[in-house]
Amino acid sequence: MLIIHRREFLKVGSLATAAMLVPRFLKAFEQPGMAEGQKVLVIIQLSGGNDGLNTVIPYRNDIYYASRPQLAIPKGQVVGLSDEQGLHPALEGLKELYDNGELAILNNVGYPNPDRSHFRSMDIWQTASDSNQVLTTGWVGRYLDAQCSGCPHPSMQAIEVDDTLSKAMKGNQYTGLAVHDPVQLHQASDDPFFRDILKKPVVDDDHLQVDYLYKVMAETLSSADYLYDQARLHHDDGAYPDTPIGKDMKTVASLILAGLPTRVYYLSLGSFDTHVNQQPQQARLFKQLNDALIAFRNDLKKHNRFQDVMVMTFSEFGRRVSQNASGGTDHGTANCMFLISGGLKRQGILNDPPDLQNLDQGDLRYQIDFKQVYATLLRRWLEADDQQILGRSFPYLDFV
Amino acid sequence: MEGYLAREPLWKYQHLAWRAGFGVDRPTLLHWQSMPIKHVVKTLIRQRQSSPSILQTAEGQQLRTQWPSLRGRFLQLTQDEKKQLQKLQREGVKNLNLAWLQEMSTTSDFLREKMALFWHGHFACRVPNVLHNEQMLQVIRENALGNFGDLLVAVSKSPAMLQFLNNQQNRKQHPNENFAREVMELFTMGRGQYTEQDVKEGARAFTGWGFNPQGEFVFRKNLHDDGVKHFLGKTGRFTGDDILQILLEQRATAYHVSEKIYRFLVNDTPDPGQVQQMANWFYDSGYDIATLLEKLFTSDWFYDTRHIGAHIKSPIELMVGMQRTIPVSYRNPNIWLLFQRSLEQVLFYPPNVGGWPGGKSWIDSSSLMLRLRLPQVLYAGSIWNIRPKAMPDEIMDEDMLMQPEMHVDSEQQHIRDYLIHTVGGHMQATVQWDAYLRQFQDIPEEQLPMEIASLLLVNTPQDVDRNRISTYADRSSRERFIQSLTVLLMSTPEYQVC
Repeated sequence: MLIIHRREFLKVGSLATAAMLVPRFLKAFEQPGMAEGQKVLVIIQLSGGNDGLNTVIPYRNDIYYASRPQLAIPKGQVVGLSDEQGLHPALEGLKELYDNGELAILNNVGYPNPDRSHFRSMDIWQTASDSNQVLTTGWVGRYLDAQCSGCPHPSMQAIEVDDTLSKAMKGNQYTGLAVHDPVQLHQASDDPFFRDILKKPVVDDDHLQVDYLYKVMAETLSSADYLYDQARLHHDDGAYPDTPIGKDMKTVASLILAGLPTRVYYLSLGSFDTHVNQQPQQARLFKQLNDALIAFRNDLKKHNRFQDVMVMTFSEFGRRVSQNASGGTDHGTANCMFLISGGLKRQGILNDPPDLQNLDQGDLRYQIDFKQVYATLLRRWLEADDQQILGRSFPYLDFV
Repeated sequence: MEGYLAREPLWKYQHLAWRAGFGVDRPTLLHWQSMPIKHVVKTLIRQRQSSPSILQTAEGQQLRTQWPSLRGRFLQLTQDEKKQLQKLQREGVKNLNLAWLQEMSTTSDFLREKMALFWHGHFACRVPNVLHNEQMLQVIRENALGNFGDLLVAVSKSPAMLQFLNNQQNRKQHPNENFAREVMELFTMGRGQYTEQDVKEGARAFTGWGFNPQGEFVFRKNLHDDGVKHFLGKTGRFTGDDILQILLEQRATAYHVSEKIYRFLVNDTPDPGQVQQMANWFYDSGYDIATLLEKLFTSDWFYDTRHIGAHIKSPIELMVGMQRTIPVSYRNPNIWLLFQRSLEQVLFYPPNVGGWPGGKSWIDSSSLMLRLRLPQVLYAGSIWNIRPKAMPDEIMDEDMLMQPEMHVDSEQQHIRDYLIHTVGGHMQATVQWDAYLRQFQDIPEEQLPMEIASLLLVNTPQDVDRNRISTYADRSSRERFIQSLTVLLMSTPEYQVC
């Protein structure tokens, strides 16, 4: 019995209180939390709809250049990977990962009947629903539901580096933990009043909702303490860039290296909604992403953990093939994804580049359902029941 | 004789006040207690007879005036003009949000606004046009206590819903099923009660439904498929109106809608027997919402102790409840949007067509701690250093994320000093304590913790460790004591439920 229900716990005696959960939880952490070689998934959400065609660029394709007279990246600036595709110059650091077999690229990832609304398409990606289906839980949240019935501290299994929690991280029974900065979280929760009211004994078993709130509160406060201690104890690698994503990646690395039992980390970068004057905005964000990823990879490699960590990037949609009249691009459909790890089974560019001759009303046709990527990661990386979490089976991919 | 002897306990009225509204003040509660519950319910139901105030924004008014001149050359608008227009729309929706929040926080017709909030989530709709949002909100508020059939038809013909569910694109040659599917799945019968074929046939009946540039419903006859349809076992040359009537004839519709009302007003976990009873009342009354509510609020089981505290307040219920208890006004009212975004319920921006799922979904580690800190932010000038997630393309400018200029008044400062030592910083706020404090003027000091807890918390005042909480209160004066104790009691998990 690893989950301690507050009410049962309180039956222990008149002095027993919810606050005493804290040492119990910490005890669970003190045991080797993370088994040697336990796999970790780091999800980076590129919010706003990143333009995939200017990310992984079909630099030998005339249609690409014809469709984007001002916006296409000139051949000479593209960081060539294969004969057909190369990277945006601001992502040049990823070339070394590519050469080392630490980068896999999936082209044309999407879903049937794509939706071009940010909020709806993001909802679809975060909940892993079909286009005409509304789900109230996120796919990582359902992973927690499936995996955590025996976890000592479920919310620690998935951490989002932010002030608030994305829908992706919310399940039916369990949700992840939002922490932008362990020190700040600790300060906000280190409130004698809150600590004290947790000592309140529960009188009435019928008040389930209140019990639930006390349980979440106790867990949050103990997680905040634990994270604060771990993050403080751990390494201080100065090599991370001083950008929001740089700091977030540094937080993730320090938590991974602290040996937390956390299996999934979630971060966001944006906004990639480049309707107007796309070039400088995308280049600026890519530079931040590039530098943060390189620092992260170097850090984990130095500590011999890179083979256990997988970084996945996604965006709610790609953008239209043709540029618009404002030096930008409008909402599109299928997109590319990066998978970065020292533990890839298949590396490089995993499938065909976008077929620019065969468009659907000016948009790319998807070739890989994003739920295949989720299924692969759930089954082969996190060793979870992907069918239960996604509601049905999807063909696995072979990058792990 | 029974009327005098059978004085009902206060917590029943408290339960009614929170479910039929957003809580009431102490004098009202005591006044209610002098009457049998069914009399109180009767007075609440009478709110259906008044017309709701009209909520319109200055931006909407400006658009209405400008529209005739813009209409002719819509495609020729310059980038700047388009940007201006979008900005006007965004500002308009934002101000409509604030206007409605204010109405909920001050109106005496709270049952109407409470039900409007329910229908706002039931007929979830997210469109950028302020005029469409104004029209839809008015439809919902006017019919909130009226007839569900009328409401369903009016919403289905509103430009907001026609646009949101793509019925503008639903044509004879190219049917678009989105509208028909959601009408059946979400607004009426619920999933699993119909076939895919019913969706297709329904979509054919709705072909030609649209709206004109003035935002008025139009039936475009030449786009309508007037052929024979087979829908839910019936056959005929059905129109969209026929389809809605057939859906209303289904008992599944009464059940599905009753279950959602049950979750909203009774318990986050539905009891099928009680929901069925509501469904029967609803159906047999011809979908009269006020009748359903009257029967619900006067039923014995509505006051079952298992329903007390069984509902986690939505962020809007929480904020409006606090506003109605002790009003706060900000020099920059956008603060309310910052709270809505941080707690993840922004009026006019439901997460998807399914609306806000409610219950435990409001709660995660971060949202709970924010909710617990909200009273200190509102009444004691604590800082709200939370950056909510961005809402791309929609409506809310990034500048709304910025913390407004900080300032604290001495009242807040004093309370804050006694409460939690937080990082300094405050939003320019005026807290109206007077009316609240007056409610307790005849209460002896030693009874204050009990009286305040009974007013703020539902049937759990004995659960809350008042002694423990009182040790954190400021005893420098009676007034400070009431203020600090109030903020502390609102900062408990108990205050999150009703």
